[in-house]
Amino acid sequence: MIVDDPYKALGVPRDATQEAIRSAYRKLAKQHHPDLNPGNSAAEERFKAVASAYGLLSDAAQRARFDRGEIDASGAEQRPQAQAHSGYRAHAESSAGQRYRHAGPEADEWNDPDLEAMFASMFAGGRAGPRAEPAQYRLAVPLLDAVNGATKRLTLPDQRVLDVKIPPGTDAGHMLRLRGQATKAGDGSKAGDILIEIAIEPDPLYTREGQILRLELPVTLSEAVLGGPVEIAGPRGALRLRIPPHSDTGTELRVRGRGVPAHDGKPEGDLYVRLRVMVGPRDPALDAFLQTWQPARPFNPRQTTGAAS
Amino acid sequence: MMTIDGVIAEIGQVERADLERWISEGWVRPQGEPNAYRFVEIDVARVRLICTLRVDMEVNEATLPVVLSLLDQLYDTRRQMRALIERLREISPSDAPD
Repeated sequence: MIVDDPYKALGVPRDATQEAIRSAYRKLAKQHHPDLNPGNSAAEERFKAVASAYGLLSDAAQRARFDRGEIDASGAEQRPQAQAHSGYRAHAESSAGQRYRHAGPEADEWNDPDLEAMFASMFAGGRAGPRAEPAQYRLAVPLLDAVNGATKRLTLPDQRVLDVKIPPGTDAGHMLRLRGQATKAGDGSKAGDILIEIAIEPDPLYTREGQILRLELPVTLSEAVLGGPVEIAGPRGALRLRIPPHSDTGTELRVRGRGVPAHDGKPEGDLYVRLRVMVGPRDPALDAFLQTWQPARPFNPRQTTGAAS
Repeated sequence: MMTIDGVIAEIGQVERADLERWISEGWVRPQGEPNAYRFVEIDVARVRLICTLRVDMEVNEATLPVVLSLLDQLYDTRRQMRALIERLREISPSDAPD
């Protein structure tokens, strides 16, 4: 920071004593020091000017040369600056600053009763003052459409029809903004935005947990016991699964990368298929077989599940 | 990471006895034990800040804890504000693709 007149920067007359100069600097430093005024760039600029002026005038020899016109005020710029380091504020505002947290370094920065009270009063009182709100709608989207991405039609109260693109991986509560699509007020003012909150219609087969999709897949007795390939529609296109032999109700298969597709920096998720054995319709052959069947290792499933009497 | 000798050499205008007293008062909080303190960047910047307060601004040691306490609360609030702004940016509506 180059100052034309260091005396002016410090607010002292040209014949001020060294003591008066030091005192003026201290007064201004207390007021404008950037570590005491974080985020205030005007104070920071002012402090640089003051520090630079003081750097020049506090040195009696330099001051004399300036007074004789041998150097200009920028002569002070070549001097080593007292304030060359980045200051405390840069550290204090980063996560490193938690070390000097007022409540102590172990305290939880967010578990602050005072902060909670502030938020409670902020949200309880509603919004302060009138202001143009974007028009807000809710759009229910079937789970798999939200997972795969889809275009959905939305009819506005003024009968306009909008085609809304739902990006792949959209989850419940996601807000989409359509800029400048709200109905104009008729007074020539700029059209506002439309906000669309996405709601998810549950799927009869699939459930979603973040990037994971879960499916409960019915299998026949022989598929469970003997294993084998089964074809399923899949959340994102047909899938061929290999059921391992000796599977059972509750056996879980993971299909890598067939859950929710990658989006917004999140990697693609997996599909978890949980098997459910279905005995199926009456079959005299099965009845006959079971009547003669002597299990090699008799077992009581109620014992393993704790349901035994 | 710096030792107490490194910090005294780097800053130049602080006496060892003063610095040790500031540490025992909890105004500066290096890691480690009294004979093997380790200072990270924020600790060095804080020593510098305390020197500025003591020398340039003539804040005496009786008043210093009041100033540091208010400053710490100011920076707590600013860190929280930054984190809030960050979070608001994350959850604000995204533009629908064309």
